[in-house]
Amino acid sequence: MQRTTDARAPAPGLATRINGAMRRVPVWTVYVLGALPALWLFAQAATNTLGIDPVREIEHRLGELGLQFIVGGLAITPLRRIVGVNLLRFRRAIGLIAFFYVLAHLAAWLVLDMGLLWRQVAADIWKRPYITMGMAGFLMLLPLALTSNNWSIRKLGGLRWRWLHKLAYPAALAGAVHYLWLVKAWPVEPFLYLGVIVALLLVRAWFAGGGMSRG
Amino acid sequence: MTYRFKTPLSWADVTPKAAFLNRRQLMAGAAVLLATPALARLSYTPSAYSTDEAPNTFEEISGYNNFYEFGTAKEDPRNNSRAFKPDPWAVQIDGLVERPGSYDLADILGGVALEERIYRLRCVEAWSMVVPWIGFQLSALLDRVGVQPGAKYVAFETVTRPEEMPGQRRAILDWPYREGLRIDEAMHPLTILATGLYGEALPNQNGAPIRLVVPWKYGFKSIKSIVRISLTEGEPPATWKQMQGSEYGFYANVNPEVDHPRWSQASERRVGAGLFAGRVPTQMFNGYADEVAGLYAGMDLAKDY
Repeated sequence: MQRTTDARAPAPGLATRINGAMRRVPVWTVYVLGALPALWLFAQAATNTLGIDPVREIEHRLGELGLQFIVGGLAITPLRRIVGVNLLRFRRAIGLIAFFYVLAHLAAWLVLDMGLLWRQVAADIWKRPYITMGMAGFLMLLPLALTSNNWSIRKLGGLRWRWLHKLAYPAALAGAVHYLWLVKAWPVEPFLYLGVIVALLLVRAWFAGGGMSRG
Repeated sequence: MTYRFKTPLSWADVTPKAAFLNRRQLMAGAAVLLATPALARLSYTPSAYSTDEAPNTFEEISGYNNFYEFGTAKEDPRNNSRAFKPDPWAVQIDGLVERPGSYDLADILGGVALEERIYRLRCVEAWSMVVPWIGFQLSALLDRVGVQPGAKYVAFETVTRPEEMPGQRRAILDWPYREGLRIDEAMHPLTILATGLYGEALPNQNGAPIRLVVPWKYGFKSIKSIVRISLTEGEPPATWKQMQGSEYGFYANVNPEVDHPRWSQASERRVGAGLFAGRVPTQMFNGYADEVAGLYAGMDLAKDY
């Protein structure tokens, strides 16, 4: 089958107009918007309106926000390829916000859930597959967050930097599997995250396979 | 924090018991008025088996629990159980018993004296609560129906009503939920059938109108909304064990030394303790070792977990 982007692009007018409008949006607005759920969570925690088990609520919501921003970051390239909407300028901000939520999720687990029982923390990371998986995802995101600046891109060189940042794909999968592994029985939500992430990676692989990859 | 169970009603607002009984056409002497929980104070006596630990609030106990028949989230049971009808109710008692049959709940309760049992509850997911149950010893019911000598286990079944229990409309578990106890566990004085909570009829989300409570085992063992009790010779099926035997054993005794593959069982988080309360160490048999350890003498609890 012939793969062409043109065939699937919608009315070019709309995408162009969106791109035009988005060009006027400064990147810092993404950081501000990304911080809003955290501020909302903090306000709820401060006013004790997080329900009966606020510890679990904080931990889970931070983890879910991390996954959501990871999905958002992964969606940017397919969005450009398929729909023609270019949000590349915002990808670093979205990725860093995702990392911030994953880090906060980890901190909530260590401090609020585990009560800093370090020996048990270490044993759990080693023995519990879903925690091992979550930690692996976090460790893969760590170098990405640390190199998400222009200095690192120059230092590493574009090619190596891009290669390093492909770690985002296994990290996203690890995050989704971490969630799925944690639940009992088979509720829908973790499958949705895993499904969307797998779909976004497949779209990416499909374009890459077509020799149309431009990073 | 306000306790939701403290209503503005006073005793003066309560319908006189005699009139109430008459209207409901319940047997005179039935101690439980299940139909209108807001008015139905149960009469009961305190129990020496109660812990002196402070119970969780009614809000916490009735708003945060697992009852997959109403959904998999902790708040689902409270939010999705309003349409459930625990009245009228009958329990089928069969298998190796002298007097099998369908027992009306009023009949079951007519033969027992209710007690308040304040028990620790430890979920396999490593959170815990303290719950002031109202109930009676399972042994009282089993003695009444007459256990045949060949009976070695007691099997329980939860009601199946997908029209009232939205969680059952999906095959999350193999409905109906099933659980079982060995006969000596079932006859142990700590094992109760609960019909109330905080002095009132059990809320739907906590297993109305009648549920099992086995305080030294993980919470999933304490099956809710029971419609069938069977005495059997062989080990009965247990839903979670069937689904994932490597994670959920038949015994499911609380044991800090035997980890669940996904949750360390060495410590637990007390729900309601506050954001920075941390964890408390989990006790062997959930703190009931003095009473129940003898039941498992000679058993390898890492194997029979």
